[in-house]
Amino acid sequence: MKSSLVFHKVIVGLLVIYLLIPLLGTFLFSMAGKWDHTILPESYTLKWYIELFQDERFYLALQHTLFLIVVTVGLSVVIMLPTIFIITVYFGKWEKWLQAAAMLPYGIPPIVGAVGLIKVYSDGPIQIAGTPWILVGAYFITILPFMYQGIRNSLRTVNAVQLVDAAELLGATKFQAFRTVVFPNIISGILVSTLLSVALLFSEFAFANLLVGGRFETIQIYLADKLNSSGHLTSAIVITYYSIILLLTGTVLKLTFRKEKAPVFFNKKRSLKFLKKSYRQKNTALEGENS
Amino acid sequence: MKATGNWFNVRTIEPIPPLLANIEEREVLRKIKKQKFYLLALLLPFILFVIGFEIGPLVAMLKDSFYADDGIQVTIQQYLTIFKSKFYLQAIQNSLVISLFSAVISVIIAVIAAYSFTKFSQKIQNRLLMIANMTSNFEGIPLSFSYIILLGNNGLFTLLFSKLGLDVFADFNLYSWTGLILVYIYFQIPLAVMLIYPSYQGIKKQWKEASSLLGGSTLSFWRHIGIPVLLPSIAGTFSILFANAMGAYATAYALVGSNYNLLSLQIASLVSSDVTLNPQLGSAMGVLLAATMIGAMWFNERMMRRIRRDLR
Repeated sequence: MKSSLVFHKVIVGLLVIYLLIPLLGTFLFSMAGKWDHTILPESYTLKWYIELFQDERFYLALQHTLFLIVVTVGLSVVIMLPTIFIITVYFGKWEKWLQAAAMLPYGIPPIVGAVGLIKVYSDGPIQIAGTPWILVGAYFITILPFMYQGIRNSLRTVNAVQLVDAAELLGATKFQAFRTVVFPNIISGILVSTLLSVALLFSEFAFANLLVGGRFETIQIYLADKLNSSGHLTSAIVITYYSIILLLTGTVLKLTFRKEKAPVFFNKKRSLKFLKKSYRQKNTALEGENS
Repeated sequence: MKATGNWFNVRTIEPIPPLLANIEEREVLRKIKKQKFYLLALLLPFILFVIGFEIGPLVAMLKDSFYADDGIQVTIQQYLTIFKSKFYLQAIQNSLVISLFSAVISVIIAVIAAYSFTKFSQKIQNRLLMIANMTSNFEGIPLSFSYIILLGNNGLFTLLFSKLGLDVFADFNLYSWTGLILVYIYFQIPLAVMLIYPSYQGIKKQWKEASSLLGGSTLSFWRHIGIPVLLPSIAGTFSILFANAMGAYATAYALVGSNYNLLSLQIASLVSSDVTLNPQLGSAMGVLLAATMIGAMWFNERMMRRIRRDLR
């Protein structure tokens, strides 16, 4: 029994090392002064980070990426929230169509989506190929599955239909019912899918490169462009970039795992309950299951 | 009989006789109709986005793939070109092989590793899953770059090993098939672990006890109970990983550029490069890629349904 635990420890240890080595290597490289014939760097320096943070192109690229994320995710919340709410509460029979439309992007890789987008928007009435606006549209679709699942699960866990019925019976209008009863109850459930979407868009490269490229440089395009220049500087970019991603996903994980750490009786807040649910749903979503 | 039934139904749905429909009722009906109209109007932005950026482009791509190079003549020439050209067939083959390879290896590693996960305390399991989740975000351009630093021509490991006199990496070329596979496996493993891990929760301790009470060994438990229960989940995960690798673009782009003949890289250069621009051919290849992906997803969905039935 004991020897088998050692065996499992070795397996997990090897896996963790394997997964972390590229990250650690890049991290050390970004801080290394001289490093060519020893296992660890001979000297450490922060000059690559200083150089990076003085690069205006970096800030511009970061700005572009943030602009796209804020516009797309904002638009997605503003559009998807009422859409999913209206369809779940008032037009239940259309739900399967909504679901099909929302889950389809899972099966369509960006490389395929880009082909059609270029075709549609490079000539004809709306010529937005090469501008950030085509990316907003493409990204809206990219994050659709996440937003859909997050919002729909939240609505389900709070029993939105019954809540609205009750509110309307008590004399509230539809908008009031949504704003004062449903919305406050689902807001933290939506937070998780929003953060996931932000992380997803932060690391999006295919659409950005194919649809817009250097004309509106995002952080990923900037990174790809710097691949051939100084390795140390690029490592610094990679580490800075990955720190942001870690921060985002870390927050998501903390929100979703909070439940496991807190004792059950501590779990009074309703929000925790549906955060857990949305986490579970997230897993199954990856499996392509959408019950 | 049937006619009577129909007649009866029609009668019940028939609107209330005008005499009874007082003004108030009509008012309420009109109000509901008006509200419904507003609610439908709120759906409009969503519908526009889906048509404009999801369905529209897909239809445009499908349509474009049936046009000749001039964009006027309707033909299946583009598909014939692909299936006659050694070059494009090679691209498809390379993509298929690399996806199959990386998916199989990753699934095998994930099945073993996820099982090892379950042997630890819940707290450590959560930690491990967190690591898997975190590293699953390390993909695309940054990941390729990391591998270039470590194993590229002047990579840390490459130099280190050659200085130490070890020739393990002497014949290794990161910018080739082996390198590509290595990087693909790296980004597939965390995903595979996260997908397979939950299905181990479905294997109850009691099953093992029952099996050993009935005289079964550990080996026979896994052969007759464990693996069959896991199988749909393994197959589903495999299809996701396969699709994931088929559609991967950023990683390959950063690592091999256009030096290696892959389906996704070919599509990209057909629709966006100035030298090889041929959107119709690109569309046809896009359709083929999309068909593969949808096939894989369909397979996964079927497998998932099996799981659910098994659990019930």
